[in-house]
Amino acid sequence: MSTHLDLLSPLLQLFFSYFKELVGKEVTVELKNDLAIRGTLHSVDQYLNIKLENIRVVDQDKYPHMLSVRNCFIRGSVVRYVQLPPDGVDIDILHDATRREARGG
Amino acid sequence: MSWSGPEDVLLSTSLASYLDKKLLVLLRDGRKLLGILRSFDQFANVVLEGACDRVIVGDLYCDIPLGLYVIRGENVVLIGELDLEREELPAHMICVSAAEIKRAQRAERDATDLKGSMRKRMEFLDLD
Repeated sequence: MSTHLDLLSPLLQLFFSYFKELVGKEVTVELKNDLAIRGTLHSVDQYLNIKLENIRVVDQDKYPHMLSVRNCFIRGSVVRYVQLPPDGVDIDILHDATRREARGG
Repeated sequence: MSWSGPEDVLLSTSLASYLDKKLLVLLRDGRKLLGILRSFDQFANVVLEGACDRVIVGDLYCDIPLGLYVIRGENVVLIGELDLEREELPAHMICVSAAEIKRAQRAERDATDLKGSMRKRMEFLDLD
């Protein structure tokens, strides 16, 4: 099956695959509007859109409208940082894969 | 965002699992729209039915009805599923009329403008 995924740069695919490995882990997503949300990573797609479950806004008092939101979808284009769990980071794998891609497969 | 099957929909990142649910859509300009998701696409363009704009100023809030809205995806920051079991807002917040919230908004804006102009006037002191 050929999809538009094939057209994406291999390195973007790398991060896509990397985030897929983190599904089920607790992450903190910081947005470009400074809103920081902690929650369980439910899924991620090729645009690095993110779905979180059981979220908690880091500065809840400042964002009262987020109180009743438990699950949410975050558009990939507004994400500034994703803070990962320490045990979820295997830099070596990412490092190796990047070198492999850079050499051309 | 593919449409492989109903069981896939719940696992995927697509908005399909939010269809026909009441959502909170946060926009890039800081606006908070509430409404029922009726349609969407891969850019997160969304159609909200019965949309309203929730204006919050301090402890006051007001839902201003808008009707049927199509939101261009690039303006979307976050789409949150409203948990109907939880309170929508903290208990101490007070619902006021549209006129009242407009007044509160203007007062808040004037206050920040004043703060800005005061700071500008004091700039020659080089406080930092």
